[in-house]
Amino acid sequence: MTDKRYIKLAHGGGGQLTSELIEQVILPALAGPQKPGRLADSALLSANGPIAFTTDSYVVQPLEFPGGDIGKLAICGTVNDLAVCGATPSAISMSLVLEEGLQLDLLKRVLSSAGAAAGTSGVEVVTGDTKVVERGGVDGMVINTSGIGRIADECDLGFDRICQGDAILLSGPLGEHALAVMSQRESLSFTADLASDCAPIHELTGALVSELGKDVRFMRDPTRGGLAALLVDIAEATGRDIEIRQEAIPTNKTARAAAEMLGLDLLVAANEGKLVAVVANSAAERATQILERFDICDRPAAIGHVGTVSQTPLVEMVTLIEGRTVVQRPYGEELPRIC
Amino acid sequence: MKIDCEKIHELAANLASSRGELSVMEVCGTHTMAIAASGLRSLLPETLRLISGPGCPVCVTDQSYIDRAIWLARKEDVVVATYGDMVRVPGREGSLADARARGAAVEVVYSANQAVSLAAKMPDRQIVFLAVGFETTTPGTAMAILRAREESIDNFFAFTAHKLMLPAMRALLEGGRARIDGFLCPGHVAVILGWEAFGEISDDFSKPCVVAGFDPSQIAAGIGEILSQLAAGQAKACSVYSSVSAEGNAKARRLMSEVFVETDADWRALGVISGSGLTLRESFAKYDAARQFTLPETEPYQAPGCRCGEVITGICGPHDCGLFAKSCTPRNPVGPCMVSSEGACAAAYKYEKR
Repeated sequence: MTDKRYIKLAHGGGGQLTSELIEQVILPALAGPQKPGRLADSALLSANGPIAFTTDSYVVQPLEFPGGDIGKLAICGTVNDLAVCGATPSAISMSLVLEEGLQLDLLKRVLSSAGAAAGTSGVEVVTGDTKVVERGGVDGMVINTSGIGRIADECDLGFDRICQGDAILLSGPLGEHALAVMSQRESLSFTADLASDCAPIHELTGALVSELGKDVRFMRDPTRGGLAALLVDIAEATGRDIEIRQEAIPTNKTARAAAEMLGLDLLVAANEGKLVAVVANSAAERATQILERFDICDRPAAIGHVGTVSQTPLVEMVTLIEGRTVVQRPYGEELPRIC
Repeated sequence: MKIDCEKIHELAANLASSRGELSVMEVCGTHTMAIAASGLRSLLPETLRLISGPGCPVCVTDQSYIDRAIWLARKEDVVVATYGDMVRVPGREGSLADARARGAAVEVVYSANQAVSLAAKMPDRQIVFLAVGFETTTPGTAMAILRAREESIDNFFAFTAHKLMLPAMRALLEGGRARIDGFLCPGHVAVILGWEAFGEISDDFSKPCVVAGFDPSQIAAGIGEILSQLAAGQAKACSVYSSVSAEGNAKARRLMSEVFVETDADWRALGVISGSGLTLRESFAKYDAARQFTLPETEPYQAPGCRCGEVITGICGPHDCGLFAKSCTPRNPVGPCMVSSEGACAAAYKYEKR
């Protein structure tokens, strides 16, 4: 008797079990309105104008965590990579590498959550692949997604557009993804009331670009390396100093407490549903108001400004006590496999 | 929430004529980190130096301890369970992280108790917990050992390098190499010892000893109290930290003395200090990794050019070390002060201009 509750090597063998898996599990969860009658080897898409194209692999452990799972993360991560380039995400590919013995129910949950996230993001999963590797070959499952999106005409983003005096906006409190995942890790015994912020941010980026046009200079989502790594990247790429104010940075109490327990700095903790936008200072207030319209933005704020060109560009933070510290890119592997 | 450092500026200015530059030493890694993270130094007068003392457990642990821990981790049936900070401290031949990459079993735990749970879960492996730290972590190790005895978990061992704070402060002052005008005393250790315990230092060496909490405003209050005492020609122990009582936590101290007994201990840079360490009592010998394993003899060693020893004794600051932020970075640390999240060099690297 074969146990139908688990993934077997034969599910990736290209035979009958593979077809069953695709037809009965994967397609129902992922296929959009234009459900393909037959599965072609490639998705055929038409495009005019500049296209953004991105790819990312997801290896988070545990596969399910408060606020999301690897499926939702794999869609949102790629949608967000497109969105911060000013693109409207349209099509996504999804490749699954499954470990022999993975629970079929878990796979169904993950795929259904990926399907729901794709729906929310307005993208279609148009092509994909499934492989099964022997037990131990991967840890449960790995998902790779690639995505494309059309870049809006009014959009002109890049490090080279960042000017002195530009405002740096953050869409909400820091670190919730990293801490939600860490709190689920077996080795951590505390139970924090924390959920990942995992969410698509294409509506935020879309609204900023369409309403503010070229006043939006640069956007990125502060994932691995957190806000700190992102700001250091900006400082290094532009050769400019950056100053942020700690009191302006939104954080949540539980995240702060969990970070303190773990010895983590919220500035370097990963987020999966936040946006950092550099906008012309004259547009900062409007940009904040635009962000406030969205549910996933909690206390969006201008947290600092871009300074002058410097030989040794630094990100400095004015602390809560009005002291000054330097913000550095995190060096480490302190938080492996959180996305 | 700007904190008021006006009083500190005033006192320091008045003291400058009689005493010149002032040095206040914090002997607690959490203070070191809080001072750096809040940018407190940037608000203080230039004539007031805050220097870091031997308050970071990882930083004061002698290198030979790391070498022995690695030797243990390489043994086939042993799993070394350790606080995360120890994993990347370099020994003579790399760190525990390097050993782990080459197949040694090293597990990061957040408490001694978690290491006991690991032992219960892995009955066919020997779990060796790297028991480091001051009076703050020692009661936890004591409880873990009592639990192992209670639950007959015989595959749990502690490799102890627990240290006592007061003998180190005493040794530092007797050594006399660094100028110290007063101590900002560690809040966590004081919760256990009580602030009165620091009276022996303030009395014998005429140095103000002020226990402070970890909020920057509490640290500033502690510094203010030290300067006030200096201005008034006083030197006494006291606390500006409401969580600390005069007498401390007697229950935790009883727990410690039930399981541990004082011994001489080897400190990085300070050498062997009599009665400054803790070892397991004879009745708990079966849980003592040092007695149950035949550990190799190791020579004391400090990487060439590394000034961690001088940093943790207040003789120099991180920026004075030629390796700082050059060949020694958090990614490739040469000395423990750059590894530990509470180390003076890591704090300076992370939060201060280079």
